[in-house]
Amino acid sequence: MYRFTYHQPADLDEAVQIASSSEDGSYLAGGMTLLPTMKFRLASPSDLIDLGAIEALRGIAVEGGRLRIGAASTHAEVAASALVTERLPALTGLAGRIGDPAVRNRGTIGGSIANADPAADYPAALLALDAEVVTNRRTIAAANFFTGFFSTALDPGELVTAVRFAVPAQAAYQKAPNPASRFALVGVFVARHADGARVAVTGAGQFATRYPAFETALDTSFTPAAVAGVTVDEAGLMTDLHASAAYRAHLISVMAKRAVAAC
Amino acid sequence: MATDPSASIALRVNGKDVEGRAEARTLLVDFLRDTLRLTGTHIGCDTSQCGACVVHLDGVAVKSCTVLAVQAAGREVRTIEGLADADGSLHPMQEAFRQHHGLQCGFCTPGMVMTAIELAQSAEPLTPEHVREGLEGNICRCTGYHNIVQAVLAGAAAMRQ
Repeated sequence: MYRFTYHQPADLDEAVQIASSSEDGSYLAGGMTLLPTMKFRLASPSDLIDLGAIEALRGIAVEGGRLRIGAASTHAEVAASALVTERLPALTGLAGRIGDPAVRNRGTIGGSIANADPAADYPAALLALDAEVVTNRRTIAAANFFTGFFSTALDPGELVTAVRFAVPAQAAYQKAPNPASRFALVGVFVARHADGARVAVTGAGQFATRYPAFETALDTSFTPAAVAGVTVDEAGLMTDLHASAAYRAHLISVMAKRAVAAC
Repeated sequence: MATDPSASIALRVNGKDVEGRAEARTLLVDFLRDTLRLTGTHIGCDTSQCGACVVHLDGVAVKSCTVLAVQAAGREVRTIEGLADADGSLHPMQEAFRQHHGLQCGFCTPGMVMTAIELAQSAEPLTPEHVREGLEGNICRCTGYHNIVQAVLAGAAAMRQ
């Protein structure tokens, strides 16, 4: 990788200040995507601002009826959290099946969503659980956060500090993992909220999105048969060496049925 | 702040305080192998897939090809060299790999053993399925997984005694 200057700020203000004064700085969370990307020289930040020492980014708590997960919480911490297991077991299961154990020991929720990989697991959970992304500047509704292929609503230098999830009556996540990378070929998160069902899909298109047709069907009848009756259009889905758009469309239907059955 | 070309990094490795120079971009695995000459930790893929480079950083299994050396400053690293006793008697997990022939070419073994030790420390009882899931990030290109799983189960049982 190319040379850069390494910083380890002690608090948020210092981190943001370094980012704003650096030529082309990048925040470093778990580094599970950024460091490999730098090794390939696909990214070459002038400065790396390591968030690992910032206490304010840690911690999992219930806050105003929502589950608040600090941005620097690792996937392993979320998977092992008694609080998450009690309130949102579907999220425990999701976090516990990201990548592999060593990746889960380093990778963080904030890093994952800021990276916005189209096949990452968390984006589906954020959309289906009506999450709020808290940054150092504002709160962004998950619906407005993911804006495209590896794109988010974050401004340059803006830093995710936490994610706040709504806690539904029932929820489940099912994914067909890529057998090599464990990224989602297709992942479907289903949540049954007091005001209706929310269904979000990751891995299939340019970025994670909700599937209103599934939601309407589930609001009529919250059963696997209801989602089985919805035709999934392959238009707009990805075709790559791992799967065709038609296969992904089929997987969306299968994973949606399984997720509803697991609720 | 560490600026290039290099700065001194002090950390604890296998129970000893050590120090060495590294650039900010130096990977922990390169620092361990090239600077500290601890070549038991292997570089297999260098793309975070294979797990040959797994070490423990503050007791947690990490892929040392995907951690910067500077991120280990002031922290505790344990490598495969730090497992056996001073008299040469093997760690129970190493002994189990030996007993169960949990290696063929042996290249993946250091990472397998380091991952297995973390896995054995989990509170839940280990089943073959847990072990296979727990080794998802460690690739054996000889495909000798069957004996590796047997070794991890036996090693975990021995560690719990």
